[in-house]
Amino acid sequence: MNQPAPSPSSPKLPVNLAANPNLSSWLKFSPQGQVTASPGKVEIGQGIVTALAQIAADELDIDISRVQMIRASTAVSPNEGVTSGSLSVQQSGRAMRHACAEVRQIFLQLASERLGVDIASLGVEDGTISGPGNVTTSYWELAEEVSLDRDATPDVRPKPPTRRALAGNSVQRIDIPDKVFARPRFIHDWALPEMLHGRVLRPQNARVKLTGLKDDSVRAMAGFVAVVRDGSFAGVVCETEHGAEAALQALRKGAVWTDGEPLPDESDLAAFLKAEPSETTIIDKRTASSPGAKKRTLQRRYTRPYIAHASIAPSCAMAQWNGDRVHVWTHSQGVYLLRTDLALVLKLPAESIIVEHLEGAGCYGHNAADDVALDAVLLAKATGGRPVRVQWSREAEMSDAPLGAAMAIEIEADLDAAGEIIDWRHSIWSNGHVARPGRAAQPALLAGFELENPFPRMISTNPPQANGGGGDRNAVPLYDFPSWQIESHRLTTMPIRTSALRTLGAQGNVFAIESFLDEIAAERGEDSVAFRLRHLGDERAKDVIGAAARRARWKPEKQPGIGYGIAFARYKNTGAYCAAVAEIESAEDIRVRKLTLAVDVGEAINPDGVINQIEGGAIQATSWVLKERVRFDRERITSTNWTEYPILRFSEVPEVEVELIQRSEMDPVGAGEAAHGPVSAAIANAVFDALGVRVRHLPITRESIIAAMEQAP
Amino acid sequence: MPSVRFRLNGVETDVDADPDRSLLDILRGQLGMTGSHFGCGAGECGACNVMLGDHAVAACDTPLWSVADKDITTIEGLGTAERPHPLQRAFIAEQALQCGYCVSGILISAAALLKRNPAPTSREVKEALDGNLCRCGSHNRMVRAVLRAADEMAAE
Repeated sequence: MNQPAPSPSSPKLPVNLAANPNLSSWLKFSPQGQVTASPGKVEIGQGIVTALAQIAADELDIDISRVQMIRASTAVSPNEGVTSGSLSVQQSGRAMRHACAEVRQIFLQLASERLGVDIASLGVEDGTISGPGNVTTSYWELAEEVSLDRDATPDVRPKPPTRRALAGNSVQRIDIPDKVFARPRFIHDWALPEMLHGRVLRPQNARVKLTGLKDDSVRAMAGFVAVVRDGSFAGVVCETEHGAEAALQALRKGAVWTDGEPLPDESDLAAFLKAEPSETTIIDKRTASSPGAKKRTLQRRYTRPYIAHASIAPSCAMAQWNGDRVHVWTHSQGVYLLRTDLALVLKLPAESIIVEHLEGAGCYGHNAADDVALDAVLLAKATGGRPVRVQWSREAEMSDAPLGAAMAIEIEADLDAAGEIIDWRHSIWSNGHVARPGRAAQPALLAGFELENPFPRMISTNPPQANGGGGDRNAVPLYDFPSWQIESHRLTTMPIRTSALRTLGAQGNVFAIESFLDEIAAERGEDSVAFRLRHLGDERAKDVIGAAARRARWKPEKQPGIGYGIAFARYKNTGAYCAAVAEIESAEDIRVRKLTLAVDVGEAINPDGVINQIEGGAIQATSWVLKERVRFDRERITSTNWTEYPILRFSEVPEVEVELIQRSEMDPVGAGEAAHGPVSAAIANAVFDALGVRVRHLPITRESIIAAMEQAP
Repeated sequence: MPSVRFRLNGVETDVDADPDRSLLDILRGQLGMTGSHFGCGAGECGACNVMLGDHAVAACDTPLWSVADKDITTIEGLGTAERPHPLQRAFIAEQALQCGYCVSGILISAAALLKRNPAPTSREVKEALDGNLCRCGSHNRMVRAVLRAADEMAAE
């Protein structure tokens, strides 16, 4: 994936442009000097919209202030699937760059005819096209004559990286002023004319059914509009938001639920994961040409718990019906995919549904954005055409939204007499990591499972390795072990709902691999940087490890209570390279003092944007590793607020230093998920360095350290 | 309905509403001021922080009656694009956010800190922001931005 740009001899359209070839769906020019660019990817707090504007401005030779970015909507935007997997700059960026290069060429062709000069002699500066003898025209003058209602062709070549003026520069993000001045930009802050407010009644206990609903008191409340019930789905619509909240409380009192289905034992996740029925896949196998002689085998088990998205904002959506057509406003990662699922639930043709994106709070994967959109659509059916805004509660956000899947990972390494690894066996037990909307014959939306005629609850699956894998993401080592077998056991039951959370299985797998490698290196008495470098052939991998180690002055002298650890991964084995060094302090609890990272994303379009993503990923990973674990008893998820599900606070955040290795000749890849795996393992390795104990079960807390000390061989 | 009177961003404001309702609900609903964000409804995340006098408080956890005759400053009252507060300028200069949902509450907590302590240390900034949660991991940039704003205010 991350190869140098294709050679001119084999012109081929970027995939997302081939799928949406009509140039007018990407770009529009106005005689007033504006370009509107309309990508299918969405802003989820990662700065993608700015990076795409940079690419467009660069390729068109215009000032970035002339570029207006259009929010994705099924009514107007190219279908670029889902904004996920750190693929946006790679996929959408390439498509946008190519579309702009071709559109520039189309304008130049027309200018050449109008001005009567050779096209090769024309240049563009901020949209003004000029040639020999001071002849000029501009995109804006020609805008009404040029029709972009035509398909992109593969022959046009974008500029070489050396001729790009903006890419590689830290342009300020275009969405930040609105957010700092609190101008309505989030979906939560939008109001539609005549808008009503809805709330959905969901049970606390898992998988229970609604058998009775007494709603007389609700109907008598001021501002009441409607109660909606369809099977176990129930909700209320009122004139005001506080009215809807009060009505929901009253509705809850009148609800009768069946008993639910038991949840697993949270104190022994590995036992649960290994006991459930599962589907086994051999992910990868390598056989040694001349197998070495095994002296002994080391076996280790690692686990990570369920992890919540825990966005600061609860999910929110708006919907409005007009006859048998419905308009939905959502912070979903994929407007077309959500539309597909809405069409399945509503039994409507997709063309009857418009799904339009509005920004939500930070999105780290498949959260409740899609679920709440269906909630709003169902409640809005009862309002005679008035729009309904639905917002989930904090509690629902922490328990009803899909969670990141728990994982048990076992690795066995055969060592020869010299302590070298001669065979490596990595097995994963986990639910699938993806149950996203729009990809199956059945919908993935929560309310769809609750209707009188319910759709079956979707069981999460894993994308194939070619797309980065799911539970098995980053399970195939990048190290040159002579033989290995990587196995994934995907659970075919799903008592706790899981779907895509940042990195899918990569955080767990990298934590396991890099912890185990560290242990093997330590046993050999070999420096863990040297040990890794010795087993890597990829120069870019070596470069990030070398850079992080240098910058952290690896390895600082031993001090009591302080530990240092290093870890590395290339995200998905095809994306960004990242190495992390953690410095931790062991006192009452583990405190991460500093993280030093080196990263290579190929061409960094917006270097500060990349660094921001890496810093954010590193801090979020620190939070996962030190604090986060979804809690549940046998009936329900109990970690439904910030006290029960704490995340890292300002006073606990480590200093983070990022070194960016810029490779402008390489295609850009995303940065949002590169840091989680390396940071997780680097912290665990630093804990070993400080305390001499290997904590193999996340999160790393005082309790888990004590448990690890007791179990230590 | 009883009426509660308070000063909102310097403007005398009368609200006719149940005095037990939360200030956040009044701001976002009745007054249509959506800069203060709902995050948890329990005073645990700081996304809805407003200034009550010189102190940041969670508006979701503050009943309307308790602000009678008090001074309330929301993010809308902190500054505008035309007349930005130094903190707002500094947050843009440092690109100190990712999604930005928590930022209005964080700006308020920081503004309250700078009123009480115009030259805070990095540690004091972190302490003042400890009640504000950020999920994107922009903490360090935010701390840098607050220190930058303090420097700028001192130079003015």
